[in-house]
Amino acid sequence: MTSPSRGAVSLAPPGPEPTGLGRFGEFGGRFVPEPLAPALADLEREFRVAWASPDFRGEFAGLLASYAGRPTPVTECERLSERLGVRVLLKREDLTHTGSHKINNVLGQGLLTRRMGKTRVIAETGAGQHGVATATAAALFGLECLVFMGAVDVERQALNVWRMRLLGAEVVTVESGSATLKDAINEALRDWVATVESTHYCIGSVVGPAPYPWMVREFQRVVGDEARPQCRDLLGADPDFVVACVGGGSNAIGTFTAFLDSPSRLIGVEAGGLGLESGRHGASVARGVPGVLHGARSLFLQDEDGQILEAHSVSAGLDYPGVGPEHAALAATGRAEYPSATDAEALAGFQLLAATEGIVPALEPAHAIGWLEREAGRAVPTGSTVLVTLSGRGDKDAAYVAEQLTGEPIA
Amino acid sequence: MKLESHLRERREAGRSLLVPYVTGGLGAAWLDVVRAVVDAGADAVEIGIPFSDPVMDGRTIQEASQRALDIGATPAKVVAEAAQLEVEVPLVVMTYYNPVLRAGHERFAASLADAGFDGAIVPDLPLDELDGWGGAAEDAGIETVLLAAPSTPPERLRAICDRSRGFVYGVALMGVTGARERLAAEAVEMGRRCKAATDRPVLVGVGISTPEQAVGAAAAADGVIVGSALIARLLRGGGPEDAHAFVAELRAALDA
Ligand SMILES: Cc1ncc(COP(=O)(O)O)c(C=O)c1O
Repeated sequence: MTSPSRGAVSLAPPGPEPTGLGRFGEFGGRFVPEPLAPALADLEREFRVAWASPDFRGEFAGLLASYAGRPTPVTECERLSERLGVRVLLKREDLTHTGSHKINNVLGQGLLTRRMGKTRVIAETGAGQHGVATATAAALFGLECLVFMGAVDVERQALNVWRMRLLGAEVVTVESGSATLKDAINEALRDWVATVESTHYCIGSVVGPAPYPWMVREFQRVVGDEARPQCRDLLGADPDFVVACVGGGSNAIGTFTAFLDSPSRLIGVEAGGLGLESGRHGASVARGVPGVLHGARSLFLQDEDGQILEAHSVSAGLDYPGVGPEHAALAATGRAEYPSATDAEALAGFQLLAATEGIVPALEPAHAIGWLEREAGRAVPTGSTVLVTLSGRGDKDAAYVAEQLTGEPIA
Repeated sequence: MKLESHLRERREAGRSLLVPYVTGGLGAAWLDVVRAVVDAGADAVEIGIPFSDPVMDGRTIQEASQRALDIGATPAKVVAEAAQLEVEVPLVVMTYYNPVLRAGHERFAASLADAGFDGAIVPDLPLDELDGWGGAAEDAGIETVLLAAPSTPPERLRAICDRSRGFVYGVALMGVTGARERLAAEAVEMGRRCKAATDRPVLVGVGISTPEQAVGAAAAADGVIVGSALIARLLRGGGPEDAHAFVAELRAALDA
């Protein structure tokens, strides 16, 4: 069963800007080497003007509808609800073109790139979803595209590497550091220092120096802006809980923004990895401390000397030792809560949703499902209404999960 | 004002300034490497505190940082070891902002001053974000050097030159550290623009790796910073003697 509200995409008015130099409370900012500072100031100016322009917004809304397939439905999960004793609704970002919410952001940044007259885009990617989305937008807009991806992720998301190449992007394997998302961002920043005149860095989440956390949030808000009235149609009220997984935090902030003034409890589920006590996880809000990485002050997993630690998650998209600054601020005020789900709980959630609803989630939102399975009847009282953002579909993960579950490759 | 006054004094004596970069904690002999480059004619030495995610650095310094971390280098150890140096030229720490923030502005600044450092370069802390650290450094007598880049617009360049202490670090090209085949076209222009904006010493760095390049870059500036080319020699197994020989070559070219 899906909600009735389908049709053209109408964007909510621009949301509030961060204060000062990209600040969300004490978090955010623009901590970058001087060569990049002027370009970021330009980007902020361009985005502010574009985002207020009816032409730009019209074009963005048009692409979200005709190209990305928005609005996406909210699906009522009858069998899962029965199983868990809570009423579960899914916001179906898995049904968008390219298979995840990442497409919303890249269409916005792609339009902006063209508007700025730049001809090349670079991106980092973890799960490969943002890389695929960026390569897609680059093909659509006729831009040259280079995607940085950690060697570990190239291996576990091989399908997406192939898709990016098919779309005409060059994929650069990053071997430095932990060879995952964090290192891919480092390498993208290094490229950008040298190419900033012709190149736009299309960051894939609400991380990085100002204006990225604000800009990416604005491009992703459509998720929650659609979902809130859709929930109203189905529930007659706001849901008791709004749940999304958190890597950098773009699908979560995209969902939460529309609900900030609602009574809904906002839950961002982080990667619990092998358990928080193991030290091998991606729970940057729960276990991180304030620091500065990749251009922003936020919460990061780090040692007592300020060296950034490697994150761990079964899902490449959550394998990041930090979180977007707006989440750090929401955690500080208590408006949103950030529990975690372990690798094992995510794998259980992956199978549960497939078996009860015929929907194979990406491993990232499988964390949100896994958390709900664990907490239904506990932190989430029986009878509660719950909106979960299903940020992407699981095709990219099928082979990897099969191997995790059976101990051997399927092919 | 020891860093700036020292550099000014040497500049006034007609000398082209040379500041080599050495990764702190890179091998047991790293202090001897610093002593060797001073002996070979360095006017100040930049000492790197290795960081896990050095985004302004290319392969060579990334590798040096990683190696130093792997053998146990920490900010506190590098600073404490540097305190043993007793060299005749100013020492400038170069590190990223996160270790500074983690230690705490005041505490970090005080530890640098206690160890005999005179200046600090924090490349991911630009003019706009300088406030917290800038004040603490100033109070502790640590001169914080700001970067100017080819992309920096004129008005901002003036503000950077005004707020920088010790010297102004002109980034010689749009890119990260690392040796280059040729001196970047922007290098001379960068020096010229900074010199036109300030009376402070202006050093140009990034991608300067041979004596010829050093001479070329120093033409419009007060001197140069050389990092990766020196570090590459150390990574290849070179020790204090090799460092001495290389810096002496740079010195001779600049003096000629
Ligand atoms: C499907 C999906 N969900 C979530 C994420 C995590 O990113 P974010 O927290 O920015 O939504 C990713 C990242 O690759 C993803 O592919």
